[in-house]
Amino acid sequence: MTAQGDLLYSETEDDLRAAVRALLADRAGHQTLLDRIETADPYVPGLWKSLAGDIGAAGLLVPEELGGQGASHREAAVVLEELGRAVTPLPYLTSAVVATETLLGLAGRGGPATELLAGIASGHTVAVLAVPLSTAPDAEPFPSGTPDGEPSPPAVTGAGPLPAATVTGVADAVAADVLLVPRADGLYAVPAGEATVEPQTPLDLTRPLARVTPEPGSGTRLAEGEAARAAVRRGLLAGAGLLASEQLGLAAWCLEETVRYTRERHQFNRPVGSFQALKHRMAQLWLDLVGARAAARAAADALATGAPDAPLTVAVAQAYCSKVAVRAAEECVQLHGGIGMTWEHPAHLALKRAKSDQIALGSTGRHQDAIAALTNLPAPE
Amino acid sequence: MTDAGELRSRTRRLLAEHPPATTGRTDFLKARFDAGLAWVHYPAGLGGLDAPRALQAVVDAELAAAGAPDNDPRRIGIGLGMAAPTLLQYGSEEVKERFLRPLWVGEEVWCQLFSEPGAGSDLAALGTRAVRDGGDWVVDGQKVWTSSAHLARWAILIARTDPDAPKHRGITYFVCDMTDPGVEVRPLRQITGEAEFNEVFLTGVRIPDAHRLGEVGDGWRVAQTTLMNERVSIGGARIPREGGMIGKLATTWRERPELRTHELHRRLLDLWVDAEVARLTGERLRQQLVAGQPGPEGSAMKLGFARLNQAISGLEVELLGDEGLLYGEWEMSRPELVDFTGRDAGYRYLRSKGNSIEGGTSEVLLNIVAERVLGLPPEPRNDKDVAWKDLSR
Repeated sequence: MTAQGDLLYSETEDDLRAAVRALLADRAGHQTLLDRIETADPYVPGLWKSLAGDIGAAGLLVPEELGGQGASHREAAVVLEELGRAVTPLPYLTSAVVATETLLGLAGRGGPATELLAGIASGHTVAVLAVPLSTAPDAEPFPSGTPDGEPSPPAVTGAGPLPAATVTGVADAVAADVLLVPRADGLYAVPAGEATVEPQTPLDLTRPLARVTPEPGSGTRLAEGEAARAAVRRGLLAGAGLLASEQLGLAAWCLEETVRYTRERHQFNRPVGSFQALKHRMAQLWLDLVGARAAARAAADALATGAPDAPLTVAVAQAYCSKVAVRAAEECVQLHGGIGMTWEHPAHLALKRAKSDQIALGSTGRHQDAIAALTNLPAPE
Repeated sequence: MTDAGELRSRTRRLLAEHPPATTGRTDFLKARFDAGLAWVHYPAGLGGLDAPRALQAVVDAELAAAGAPDNDPRRIGIGLGMAAPTLLQYGSEEVKERFLRPLWVGEEVWCQLFSEPGAGSDLAALGTRAVRDGGDWVVDGQKVWTSSAHLARWAILIARTDPDAPKHRGITYFVCDMTDPGVEVRPLRQITGEAEFNEVFLTGVRIPDAHRLGEVGDGWRVAQTTLMNERVSIGGARIPREGGMIGKLATTWRERPELRTHELHRRLLDLWVDAEVARLTGERLRQQLVAGQPGPEGSAMKLGFARLNQAISGLEVELLGDEGLLYGEWEMSRPELVDFTGRDAGYRYLRSKGNSIEGGTSEVLLNIVAERVLGLPPEPRNDKDVAWKDLSR
């Protein structure tokens, strides 16, 4: 039997969690978010600097010699649990995980990727991989075509033909200083000033999406061919694996809030939480959360240790935690009754995030297909 | 305090003085018990050395390496897992001296006379009566779902001694002699066709007061010791990826491409993910226990495995199509052990229906999670302060 990675939380991780939770409670409570999410800038001013720079969370994945904290995916996962819990709009998953991990795949030989990493790790630079949020780790986000020719559009979402090289549904692009752009001839770093970034109206207002069109010929090539592809796969895999922790944190909040509310809310001269029909639903959610925690920790640990079965562990965590987060948020809305359907109550923030997260970085079906391939459980001919 | 080094040398001395190759199985086990190496966390003189429970692994590893026989713990699981901790906590010195050694060695099998036809989830409502008669108690009633009753020498028994008290307060806990002429054991045939369990009819069974465990009327509290140990033992052992029922289903899928459909494929992958997450949950629980951070997650394991076993075996029957219409063998047998993997999918499908009933129904366990883990308020009750004899039934 192969050894199983560490599925618990270390004391350091608990301390990090406490620091992040305190920061978010102080500066980004639900009322603050509700006041901002319909404005052009949902990000709470100064919050990124506090989390990324002061706490040092943006550089957790980056080795110390490259300007980071030299921690691992385990610690970044704990940060994401808290960001999921608070449904905070911050470019953490996109910049500090996906873009960072992509660049780490290229940083072996110095050069622009290494310089970028130092900026990201310090929190001064926000970098975003310019692919649709829905892109799965095993997708092929590089457009085909000849290097000098007109590249065909990459996988696009939404209706209608788009101009070449436009990518839709790019999360946190509006906050990016640098866009990592997959082109037919390699992966480019394009300054945000050399791209058109048009905000879209997202289902989840706490994760802004935009249509991104880099200017032709803009940016610096970081890598080409298989090196570029492998780096992007690595970035997306880490993103999918750690998204599970965001989903875990979100689901945990939904259950806690629902338990708290149904203990206090009285109907029929009893707390509604004393009705067995409701208790069983909350107990079932707790069971799902116990599983989600094991799955999310396994994925974070597999990424941190570079376990050979990391792609399988990540796919399992995504297939499971996506489902749990959506169910937890849906139950949270339902078991709150009327108040859960209002704009003023934060349950809808969790529901919209959970539903978007279900599509982000690969749908459940996509991850299941990956599992089928990795475990030799093929579909019918 | 006994440490690992001392246990190792004690174990080697036992092996030297009673070489397994030339010593009879029972004699070796008796010598092991007398050396305090049976369950090291038990008291000296009762098969242990008052050592930390975790050090048992040191002894077991030494003995396994030497090829020593074990006491076949699965065969005597009720004695080891439920009767023994209760005897240890509540038995008199004479009771512990008399019962623990033959129990551990496996010379005397134990069974548990708790559930009744009228007291399942509501065990505290039980109606088997025990009436004082001089130095004895006389017991009349009916018990059900009794594993090993047809093999057992002794039973742990709870019976009502005060019908005028509220139900939790009028129960007393006994050790019952299964060879008493008033004990009648009948096989209880299950939906699988076999009879793992029994019904036990008790008619004028005499139990000496010396075989009472705990105070008169305090049997419910004594029974909690037994039941807590039951839940621990049902949690499930460490398994590899694709261990358990999912492995059977995955193997069938791989070896029988002609059975595959797209709809079954999706459900297979759903269950594969759930089974893998259940495995990881078990791993995490074990890591918590090792780190000295036991959590309430244990109660999640039994609930999860019950649902999974039922869903996986159900899918396997469906996948098998024409073969799923057939069943191995309906003739009533009396298996000593439940073997989920040795029989066909139809058997697994039917037997796993019991997983959400035995050892606490899933519905009751969900209540326990809701109230004890989540802190949700209990349902209003009208049975707690009423005399047992006045309850509806």
